[in-house]
Amino acid sequence: MTKQNQIENITRLSGTDPKKCMKCGKCSGRCPAYKDMDIKPHQFVMYLEKGKIEKLLASKAIWNCLSCMECVERCPRGVAPAGVVEAVRDTVKRAIGGNGIKAEDIPPIVDEFIPQQLLVSAYRKYNK
Amino acid sequence: MQRIGVFICWCGSNIAATVDVERVSEAIKSEPGVVFSANYQYMCSENGQQLLRNAIKEYHLTGVVVGSCSPRMHEATFRKAAEAEGLNPYMVEIANIREHCSWIHKDREEATEKAIILVRTAIAKVKLNAPLTAGESPVTKRALVIGGGIAGIQAALDIAEAGFEVDIVEKNPTIGGRMAQLDKTFPTLDCAACILTPKMVDCAQSDKIDILTYSEVEDVKGFVGNFKVKIRRKARFVDETKCTGCKICMDNCPSKKGLNEFNMNLNNRPAIYIPFAQAIPNVAVIDPEQCLKLKSGKCGLCQKKCGVGAIDYTMTDKIIEREYGAIVVATGFRPINIDKFNEYGYSENKDVITSLELERLMNAAGPTNGVLLRPSDNTHPKVITFIQCVGSRDLTDCGKPYCSKICCMYTAKHAMLIREKYPDTEVHVFYIDVRCPGKNYDEFYRRACEQYGVDYIKGMVGKVYNQNGKLMVQGSNLIENEQVTIPSDLVVLATAIEPEPSVRKIATLLTASIDTNNFLTEAHPKLKPVESPTAGVYLAGVCQGPKDIPETVSQASACAAKVIGLLVKDSLKTNPCVAQSDESMCNGCSQCANVCAYGAITYIDKEFRLGGGKTETRRVAYVNPAVCQGCGACTVTCPSGAMDLKGFASKQIMSEVEEICRK
Repeated sequence: MTKQNQIENITRLSGTDPKKCMKCGKCSGRCPAYKDMDIKPHQFVMYLEKGKIEKLLASKAIWNCLSCMECVERCPRGVAPAGVVEAVRDTVKRAIGGNGIKAEDIPPIVDEFIPQQLLVSAYRKYNK
Repeated sequence: MQRIGVFICWCGSNIAATVDVERVSEAIKSEPGVVFSANYQYMCSENGQQLLRNAIKEYHLTGVVVGSCSPRMHEATFRKAAEAEGLNPYMVEIANIREHCSWIHKDREEATEKAIILVRTAIAKVKLNAPLTAGESPVTKRALVIGGGIAGIQAALDIAEAGFEVDIVEKNPTIGGRMAQLDKTFPTLDCAACILTPKMVDCAQSDKIDILTYSEVEDVKGFVGNFKVKIRRKARFVDETKCTGCKICMDNCPSKKGLNEFNMNLNNRPAIYIPFAQAIPNVAVIDPEQCLKLKSGKCGLCQKKCGVGAIDYTMTDKIIEREYGAIVVATGFRPINIDKFNEYGYSENKDVITSLELERLMNAAGPTNGVLLRPSDNTHPKVITFIQCVGSRDLTDCGKPYCSKICCMYTAKHAMLIREKYPDTEVHVFYIDVRCPGKNYDEFYRRACEQYGVDYIKGMVGKVYNQNGKLMVQGSNLIENEQVTIPSDLVVLATAIEPEPSVRKIATLLTASIDTNNFLTEAHPKLKPVESPTAGVYLAGVCQGPKDIPETVSQASACAAKVIGLLVKDSLKTNPCVAQSDESMCNGCSQCANVCAYGAITYIDKEFRLGGGKTETRRVAYVNPAVCQGCGACTVTCPSGAMDLKGFASKQIMSEVEEICRK
């Protein structure tokens, strides 16, 4: 896959148009996992717009994003930073191949204190 | 025999770059009836017009077709040129080969073909044109201004200055509008009331201005120069001619739970009240929702205490009818509802306030007498955080897609005033962009940063939450690439503004167009910025688009100039392209009268000769040419085909359609 194809693919998977971003930073202002994101939500959108996907593909943030979708909810311009994070994560996962986690693997590891949202997020992250 | 001249304009390269004008001229030459065909670089130029005039003279033209830009641009130019040469101006037709052809096509071959068809179509129409003569209608020399804010006040003062009578209709009990609620004004920081109230007083003292407060426009009929307007004078329960504004009623009113609208509901007022000290007229009004006498019949204290017997609980709404030549719409704005922005916690925290609420908290006549105290516990806030673009530039359902334009400047103003008055206060401003174009505007904002040490943070706020009595403002600092949390005592939201919702009803009454954001549409965004597309209706202030006070005042004066230019005329030339009924075909069904938006159609009983000395009386439609606006609604409604529009007859339209379809 050429780099251009990859950019187009990530953009398509993210379901967002990075050009709509007005660079207000509300997503990063809201992000509850901000400290653990090496690349911040607003930077995900910016790097995609500029085509700097190598940085995104190598980021740790794709594993640290909680997928809480607060950034999507609060964006005044209808951009979905978490959608970009997810698209990059899917791209990386697909390149690695294999299946990380299956639905049936979840019940044994469930702890009653684990928030439901985290499970959904984990399933998104580790399942292809 | 028709003798038609055709003139194709290059419009520089606007048309000629896409349309082969030479080929169009050549192709048209062979059309039946065409005796002259030429093309020229700029038909609208003096030389171009001369070319047209010479051809009319030389070839004795009976009709003219100009293939050029939209008729909105130069139809009048070419009609005048033709008229100067003795040709009836309505024998000139425009084929729009710019907006309808060259500008929207890329392929030269296709565009040229289309241009030829468009010109042929215009030729087909002009062949059926008949000379028309414009009639005249009188002008009522009185103007109506809807809205008594600074826009309406300025427009009314300027119109009155020229000697014309003008009525201000204001729905609130006093004129003054939003500006009266402001504390100081940017960029000079002069007190809003100090510069506004003299103008309010001028309105009250002018013998040309009639102020109708607590009133609303109920119905509008008629057309430019001849509007008939019904105005509802809401029951005030206080006789305006008797009340002296002594406020004894206010002091004695036992019902004190009404929210004080003037102070953005931050404190209470009695059921009988005068909105503020400098109100014009300085006359009390009773809030029927709060008045004990009106609600339960028990009380009547104000009536007992009133020294002049001004209070009348039996008062009812009255409808008055007046005639006007021109109408200025100046209905203004309100801040949007921000309850849905739960990230800022406006509804949960008393100390999260809007900018307009801050204006009242800073104002000497406000609920805190000008001492900045936070609403929750009446203490001095030590850390104040401003959030800009709350609801502006926001494509979600809660916000507005446009920039509200005034917020950057008023936030800089607030920040500066606070730092000036309370130097120990820490002031932060979260911004996306700081937009301060305007004379001395950017300098003003820079002063807030450089001289007053206001901390501007590039980034938006993600959430505001209460932690142990502190408002934690969490947001982005994009320059430092950090997420910051500022513990604040007071949070001020620079709330987006939107047109007063009542403008929708007024726009409908005036048949004035309105955009998706409820802003009234101007006739041309650049060249007719104060005119509505509806003749005789003018727009001033925020009802047309977000703007600050200097711009509003300029626009209001521009409106006044347009109104004066209209009212100074004794009569107006009417459009001769009006509907006409063919009496022999009319069956008197009244359908045309029902659809006419202008009330131009009436029915008369007319006697018709049947031959052999017999007569028959039939009911037939009659169109008043002075009232008809030539919209054509009646022509398409008429079931018998009796109604037709002069200059746009069904026959003419059909011949155009046929010409387009001709291979």
